[in-house]
Amino acid sequence: MTALLEARDLVKHFPVTTGVLFNRTQGYVHAVDGVSLSVEPGETLGLVGETGCGKSTTARLLTRLLEPTSGEIRYDGTDITHWSQRKLRPLRRDVQMIFQDPYSSLNPRRPVGTIIGEPLRIHGIGTKRDRRLRVRDVMSRVGLNPEHYNRYVHEFSGGQRQRIGIARAIVTNPKLIVADEPVSALDVSIQAQVLNLLQDLRDELGLTLVFISHDLSVVRHLCDRVAVMYLGKIVELAEPDALYEHPRHPYTGALLSAVPVPRVGAHRARRRVVLRGDVPSPNAPPSACRFHTRCPKAQAVCSELEPPLEAKESSTHLAACHFPLTHAEAEALRAPDPKLVELSRRRSRSRRAG
Amino acid sequence: MAPVLEIRDLHVTFRTRDGIVQAVDGVSLDLARGGTLGIVGESGSGKSVTGLTVMGLTRLPNATISGEVLLDGEDLLRLHDDRLREIRGKRIAMIFQDPLSSLHPLYKVGWQIEEAIRAHEHVSPHAARARAIEALRSVEIPSPAEFVDRYPHELSGGMRQRAMIAMALVLGPDVLIADEPTTALDVTVQAQILELIASLQREFHTAVLLITHDLGVIAETADEVAVMYAGRVVEQGPLETILDGPEHPYTWGLLRSIPRLDVPRTARLRPIEGSPPSLIHPPSGCHFHPRCPYVMPMCRSMDPELLPSDADHLVACHLSPTEKRRIWRGLQLEEAAAS
Repeated sequence: MTALLEARDLVKHFPVTTGVLFNRTQGYVHAVDGVSLSVEPGETLGLVGETGCGKSTTARLLTRLLEPTSGEIRYDGTDITHWSQRKLRPLRRDVQMIFQDPYSSLNPRRPVGTIIGEPLRIHGIGTKRDRRLRVRDVMSRVGLNPEHYNRYVHEFSGGQRQRIGIARAIVTNPKLIVADEPVSALDVSIQAQVLNLLQDLRDELGLTLVFISHDLSVVRHLCDRVAVMYLGKIVELAEPDALYEHPRHPYTGALLSAVPVPRVGAHRARRRVVLRGDVPSPNAPPSACRFHTRCPKAQAVCSELEPPLEAKESSTHLAACHFPLTHAEAEALRAPDPKLVELSRRRSRSRRAG
Repeated sequence: MAPVLEIRDLHVTFRTRDGIVQAVDGVSLDLARGGTLGIVGESGSGKSVTGLTVMGLTRLPNATISGEVLLDGEDLLRLHDDRLREIRGKRIAMIFQDPLSSLHPLYKVGWQIEEAIRAHEHVSPHAARARAIEALRSVEIPSPAEFVDRYPHELSGGMRQRAMIAMALVLGPDVLIADEPTTALDVTVQAQILELIASLQREFHTAVLLITHDLGVIAETADEVAVMYAGRVVEQGPLETILDGPEHPYTWGLLRSIPRLDVPRTARLRPIEGSPPSLIHPPSGCHFHPRCPYVMPMCRSMDPELLPSDADHLVACHLSPTEKRRIWRGLQLEEAAAS
């Protein structure tokens, strides 16, 4: 089966300039630095990582909102890396985006019906009447009242606004949707509603989804495969259960161990790797393995030789690390077994009593 | 021991162009000396306004505040602005979600901490600087002597929040109000900051009022938890009770709607249906009734009182105790069956 979307060695460097009139380039921000991935039709691929790891830039490269510095992007087997925006236009029907902030990504001066129908108008699909019917149809599909066709964005709550963003994305019947932190701005009770909606739409419409988030629990819930990014590179790529059961890359391990879980005593029952210091600047990323400056397992070779992203044990679990985490190490980091938690709690209770 | 901070029947309303917003609607809370009280709720639940009101930061022309906020028995709501200013910063400090907007962009970080010291104590500039450096060292900032000369924009989010914590704790306050202190930070940095707050708290015996929407953060930090919804406390109790034996349908909904790393993946999430209520025209009776799966006729007309269900466990719900326990057991069985 050919991948619907394929990226090879994707690189995006943004110039850092000084001066007002005669801009002088001082250096480059290495936002994305050699990302290769493929998305199969019908698959949901998660991209997860912290601020500045390049996940949003990757999303914008995949949808060709940005042109990569080097590398290759293939959509349905066709190389679209350097297509002009005009040439890309027909493709935009098939590839849509959902953004994080439903406040700034929707035009406040247009009625929502017009906002949702805009992609149809741009692509010249149907008559005015057809479009109106299609918009109403899509509105009710995402859980909005079609009678609110003529309302404005400010009249909707955050969760409803994200539904408007989703309606706009699916109105052209796309094949691929790239969702950049679509639930991060929402309250937890609303987040679950929107995640369920995305899941239902994906299954019903056979959508392929690239889902970008900083939230590891959300990514685990929704995705078929998860790519973990650090400083512009993918450090680990695996199916969610394998990734969360046994992370191979020490960064993934640290990330997972840092997520607080709502269970009493859970943080005391597991070993947490607290990473010291901050993420290094992407202007001058560390040599070789970029994580070596903060990695608890780093050795001399890590600063000299860059580890390739390669299969560890199973062919579907890739990691870029010279000294991947062992089973025992991963075990200690994992969100703990409830029985262990209960044990530690009983111990602390008896300590308090004694 | 008497609590260091007592909030009694606090009401805060704001007059706006759209109508009167009932932001806090009869909240009573106790914060134990050196303890951590977590307030959990979603946007619009009134958790932030409660924190701001304790600090006297909602004294606005369009605000009406009633009730009592007692700091060691002294009612902060009735204090004159000057006296409040003496207490604020010195005895009660606050840190916010976004450290960049709480730091002045044009002054060096060190100067801003020194200003906080000099506002309350007559010390020489030299001594103030020394204490600022010491405070930055205590929040584990590397080479604090150089750090004092940096501007906020030069710092990462985690470093800014550390600087804010240094500023808040430099005068050794009895109470620290932390309003979503880690929400804007990455998880690995969040872990650092939560650890830092806990260790400083042990060292200085500061009581912490932690306001957050994240039940995971609550589980790691709080001893006591208050769950807020639409301006009211709907459930309150020790951490273990709230996480293991919650009795309010909203708390059940919160715990069940989040995807969790500590349980196997489920096919679908179980959201709380509907959306948060308007605070200008709140629903009649129990504010949660339009979204509650267990709603009864009386919930629509009668306000449930926050009543003890157990020694230290308060719940505002009309369901009978046996009914609540039966439902929660059922939900847990469902959970176990799904995984």
